[in-house]
Amino acid sequence: MTIYLLCLVLFSLGVYCMLRKRNIIKIIVGVIIAEYAVNLFFILVAYRMEGRAPIFSPEAEIVNMVDPLPQALVLTSIVIGLATTAVLVAIAMRIYEKYGTFDITKIRELRG
Amino acid sequence: MMGANNILPLFVIISLAGAFLTSIIGKRLKWFSDIMGSLTTLILFVLSLLAVRIVNTQGVVVYSVGAWKPPFGIAMVLDGFAAFMLVTVNLVAFSIAVYSINYMEKFTSKWKFYTLFLLMVGGMNGVVITGDMFNLFVFLEIASVASYALVAFGTERHELEAAFKYAVMSTLGSLFILLSIALLYSYTSTLNMADMATVLAEKGPKNITLMVSVLFIMGFGLKAALVPFHAWLPDAHPSAPAPISAMLSGVLIKSLGVYTLCRIFYNVIGMSPTISSILMFLGALSMVIGGLLAIGQWDFKRLLAYSSISQIGYIVLGIGLGTPLGILGGLFHLFNHSVFKSLLFLNSGAVEYSTGTRDLQQMGGLSKKMPVTSATNIIASMSITGIPPFSGFWSKLLIIIAAVQAGRYGYAFLAVLVSVLTLAMYMKVLKYAFFGSLREKWSQIKEVPFFMKLSMGTLAFICLVGGVLFLRSVSGVFLRPASEALLEGIKYAAIVLKGGQ
Repeated sequence: MTIYLLCLVLFSLGVYCMLRKRNIIKIIVGVIIAEYAVNLFFILVAYRMEGRAPIFSPEAEIVNMVDPLPQALVLTSIVIGLATTAVLVAIAMRIYEKYGTFDITKIRELRG
Repeated sequence: MMGANNILPLFVIISLAGAFLTSIIGKRLKWFSDIMGSLTTLILFVLSLLAVRIVNTQGVVVYSVGAWKPPFGIAMVLDGFAAFMLVTVNLVAFSIAVYSINYMEKFTSKWKFYTLFLLMVGGMNGVVITGDMFNLFVFLEIASVASYALVAFGTERHELEAAFKYAVMSTLGSLFILLSIALLYSYTSTLNMADMATVLAEKGPKNITLMVSVLFIMGFGLKAALVPFHAWLPDAHPSAPAPISAMLSGVLIKSLGVYTLCRIFYNVIGMSPTISSILMFLGALSMVIGGLLAIGQWDFKRLLAYSSISQIGYIVLGIGLGTPLGILGGLFHLFNHSVFKSLLFLNSGAVEYSTGTRDLQQMGGLSKKMPVTSATNIIASMSITGIPPFSGFWSKLLIIIAAVQAGRYGYAFLAVLVSVLTLAMYMKVLKYAFFGSLREKWSQIKEVPFFMKLSMGTLAFICLVGGVLFLRSVSGVFLRPASEALLEGIKYAAIVLKGGQ
C-alpha cells in the first residue's frame, strides 16, 4: 500500500510542478515527473513481490509470475512521453528565442 | 482470408504511408506534397464511404491485428458509429488538404505541414477504428503530438505560447486517460474494449468504476474542451494556420474527445444516470459559457473558437440525454458542426489570406471583393445559427425536441437561448466583416485562388443539403447505424467478440 501512496505523491508532485511553477523548463520537468509516476503505477499494478519472469519451461512451476503485458505497454508509453517532451522542449527553445525569457508571467500575450 | 475486414487497417496504414512518403520525397519535389496530401485524403474518404456500405450490408466487422484473436490481440472494430466518424474525419480532411494547396504557399516548408497533417489524420482514424484500450491511447497521442507541432507551425510569438499551453494541458489530459486505463486493466485484466465491457458487467458497479469514470471525464473532457477544461482551446485554435484551425475545431476535438467519451461510456463502462447527468450538465455549461464568451470577441478566429466550445456543448448535451432521439440529434449535430465550423475557419483563413488581418473591426464590405468567401460564410453562418433549410437547424431541433421529450425543460430552454446567442455572434461577423461599406485600404484585395474556393464551395454545398441526412432513407444508412451502435450499449461486447471469431 505504501508504495502506491508514494507513487501518488510523485504524481501529485508532477502536477503541482505543472500548475504552480513559473519557469517553462520547470513545467516541462513537472510533465516528465507526472508521466513517470503514471508509468510506474502501471508497472506496479501488475508486479508481484518476489515474482519471477513469465517464461514457461518444463521444470518451472507456474507460481507467482509477473504480468509482462504492462511492461510492454509502459515501454510504448515511455516512447510517447519522449515524443511529447521533445515537442515541448522544442517549443520552449523557440519561445526563449522570441521572448528572451522562460518566465510564464512575462509570456502572456494571449488570454484564455 | 480475404474479406471486408481487410479494409480496416488501411485507414491507419494509408495515412501513415502518405506521411512517410511526403516526408522523404516532398522535401525534394515541391509538387509532390500537394498531390500526396490531397490524394491520400481522397482515398481515405472513398474508403470511409465504402466502410459505411460494409456496415450496412455486413454489420459489425472485426479485424484482428497479427491474427491474434480477440480478446488477446489488438482488435480493430468497424461498427455504425466508427463508420460515421470515419466519414466525418476524412471528408473534412480531404477538403482541408485541397484548401491547403493554395493557403500554405505563404509558409516555407509545405512538406512538413503535410507530413504532420497526415500523421494527425492517421491518429484520428486510428482512434476511431481501434477496439483496444491501450491502442486508443497510442493513436490519441499520435494525433495530439502532431497537433501540438501544427499549432506552433507559424513559430511566431502567439503560436508558440498557445502551442505550449495546449501541449501541457493536453498532456495532463492524456496522463489521466493513461491512469484510468491502468486502473481498468488492473481491475479487469484485459485491454480489449469488448472483453473489458463483459468483465465489468459481470463484476457489477463498484467504486473503482466511478473513479475511472471521473478520470475519463477529466481526460477526455480536456481533449474535447468541455467548459471547466476549455482554457487552452481559445488560444490554440486561432493561433494555428487556418486549415489546421479548421481541422482542430472541426474534427480533432470530436474524434479525440467526444467520440472516445461516447465509446467508453456507452459501450464499455455502460451508461448510468449519474454519468448521464454529469455529461448533460457539462454540455449545458459549455454551451452557455462558450456562447457568452464568444459574443465579446473581436478576433475572427477567436470568436469561432469560443463558438466551437458552445457547439460541443450541444453535442454532449444531446448525447448525454441518452434517449435514441437525443443521441441521433447529437451525432447529427456533430457531423454538421464539423462541416460548417471547418468552413467558417476556412473563410477566416481566406479573409486573412487576402487582407492579412483577423480583427473584425478592421474589416468591412468584403462581400464586394470576395463574393465566394462571403457567400459561403453566409451559408455556414445560417447553418450554425439554425435557420430552417440548412443542416444546423435540423440537428438543433432534434436535440431540443429530445430534451423536451426527456422532461429536461431547463436544458431545452438553454439550448434555444444559446441558439439566439449564436445568431447574435454570427450576425456580428457578417455585419463587421462582409457587409457595410468597403474601406479604402481594401480596394486592391482579390478573391482567393481556385483551390480555396473549390474547397469552401464543396463544404457550403454540404451545409446546404445536409438536411437530407435527416430523411428516413438516408439517415437509415448513415446516422441511424451510428446511434444504434451507441444505444446497444454493452451488448457491443457480445457483437464484437462474436465477429472476431
